[in-house]
Amino acid sequence: MFDLGPVYQSVGSLAAMGAALGAMLGAAAKFLAVEENPLELELAGLLPGSQCGQCGFVGCNQYAAALAKNEAPVTACAPGGKDVAEKLAKKLGVTADLSDHEDKGPRRAVIDEDLCIGCLRCVQECSTDAIVGAPKQMHTVLADNCHGCAKCFKVCPTEAIAMCKVPVTLGTWHWHKPAPALLH
Amino acid sequence: MKLFPVRGGIHPEYRKDRTSECAVVAMPMPRILYLPLQQHIGAPAEPVVQEGDLVKKGQLLARGQGVVSAPTHAPTSGRIGAIDRVTAPHPSGLPQLTIVLEADGRDEWGELAAPIADPFAAEPADIKARVAASGIVGLGGATFPSAVKLNLGTQHKLQILLLNGAECEPYLTCDDRVMREYAGEVIDGARIMAHALGTPRIVVGIESNKPQALEAMTKAASAFGNIAVVGVPVQYPMGSERHLCQAITGLETPARKLTADLGVVVHNVATARAVHHAVRFGRPLISRVVTVTGGAMADGRNVEVAIGTMVSELVAFCGGLREAPRRIVSGGPMMGAPLPSLEVPVVKGTSGVLALTAAETNDAPAGPCIRCGSCVTICPCGLSPVEMAPFIRKDNFEAAAGLGVMDCVSCGSCSYVCPSHIPLVHYFNYAKGSLNAADRDRRQQERIKTLAEAHNLRLEKAAEAKRQAAAAKKAQTESQATTP
Repeated sequence: MFDLGPVYQSVGSLAAMGAALGAMLGAAAKFLAVEENPLELELAGLLPGSQCGQCGFVGCNQYAAALAKNEAPVTACAPGGKDVAEKLAKKLGVTADLSDHEDKGPRRAVIDEDLCIGCLRCVQECSTDAIVGAPKQMHTVLADNCHGCAKCFKVCPTEAIAMCKVPVTLGTWHWHKPAPALLH
Repeated sequence: MKLFPVRGGIHPEYRKDRTSECAVVAMPMPRILYLPLQQHIGAPAEPVVQEGDLVKKGQLLARGQGVVSAPTHAPTSGRIGAIDRVTAPHPSGLPQLTIVLEADGRDEWGELAAPIADPFAAEPADIKARVAASGIVGLGGATFPSAVKLNLGTQHKLQILLLNGAECEPYLTCDDRVMREYAGEVIDGARIMAHALGTPRIVVGIESNKPQALEAMTKAASAFGNIAVVGVPVQYPMGSERHLCQAITGLETPARKLTADLGVVVHNVATARAVHHAVRFGRPLISRVVTVTGGAMADGRNVEVAIGTMVSELVAFCGGLREAPRRIVSGGPMMGAPLPSLEVPVVKGTSGVLALTAAETNDAPAGPCIRCGSCVTICPCGLSPVEMAPFIRKDNFEAAAGLGVMDCVSCGSCSYVCPSHIPLVHYFNYAKGSLNAADRDRRQQERIKTLAEAHNLRLEKAAEAKRQAAAAKKAQTESQATTP
């Protein structure tokens, strides 16, 4: 017959250690927790995340924090436009005045090559590195990387940048909504 | 062969008899051809010719870009008139880049790829490369590049190549005629595809309302032991690959999976014929058989027509219109796309051109839902249209997605049976389009976030490097100052 004493000892001591360490971890999670507002995270998820700073805050997360504390208007996000403003208002359960926010749809910056003087100001301004160019050389926009925040549009000294509507293509077109049913 | 039942479906009036006895006739080459760069699912082709170039018949005009794409070839010899925006044969009526080819009337073949003398001794990779280079796409109407589907054998263990000759759409008879007149070519193409895929068996599924096609295909297949030609029940949408696969194997393809996950690959019969031409003769896909019919047509016909022919010229060749059509449809009446006008080209996916009268279309205004449940009974995908449509009417796409709207195959059976004429399938297409657009936006947002993070990281690194350089310079000047 085997002597089961050492087995009970080791099982018992491991179980006791597990319980003690588990309790410590549980206590640490409770007392040392970093406070995070789940609403902030959700709001930040709705923002473009390009940290363009046009809302007046340092970045999207700071704007989301201010929104969660009700210290900022939902209409401040320039690249997001009406679409993001509506989503934020819905999430926060507020009614926003969107009358001066015409639905412009997504836009992209386009550089008029004849007017560009190669000053690099737009390149430095772009927060997603979507504009390529060199001093005194023509610049151009990588359309896929642009999200239409229009910061470059504001700094261009020769008005060579236009914010153009993203065209509907065969790949992005889809059926419109059917007309509502007649009610008799 | 034992067949298995398929849920739901409808039995519309087939109206195939007007063209089913019309043998395939070749249409004379039109003077100008319009070849859109996007005639397939995937990335558009990229032109390799320029305005003013002289090209020969069968010459490459635009090459495929990326993994899922297909090239386009010249259907006749001539001069490239322009590469310009032309209205696409698409319900949106949007323009798309199109190569305009002015035929010189000589119809001279250029140098073609060498025929593969013994395809069954050739490497499967060579067959796939030939199919890819020949611009072959699914000719049933889905236009998915066939070479990509022939590659499924590398990731899945395949048992059956299922050749789809169901042709369940009313009016269409082009596949029926192809099977009757070119059965040998279809069977040979199928055997080549089975060799490329590595499938031991071939099953040809044909709806039993096409007895002559069944007979011709059975005869052509009789020489080969591994080919079974099966008459499947007449039940729309039997031509959907998932449903045909279920009828043959009894297995239902799970949501968001492929029939290849069940070991079955489905190809259309006309695609098999195109593979035969590409492998045996080196001829790329430059023409296809199109059924031209409908109540507004003076005459119905099956026409072998060059890709890029204007639909208006095709209609004129078939005797023109008897009356002003209420609607022009490309493909079948159930799943086909309404065309913006007759001034659009025939593309690889155009299986039919239907000029429908008001009596053949259903434009009755939608009434309120009476909750009869007919749409639930007939939905071949086991969905519940009656529940999904109200959510979509309120733009609640998440709820509709939860009920499985993305698994809808847009067969249109629900709209067909609805006694209140509610355009149910239109609602589902709208929801699927909106959900896909939201998905695209989400991916773009993630991309912008990653780019912005990379941008900030780059600025921080540059600033850090500057600080370090300044500190090093300062230390150097200080050390120089202290040394006498």
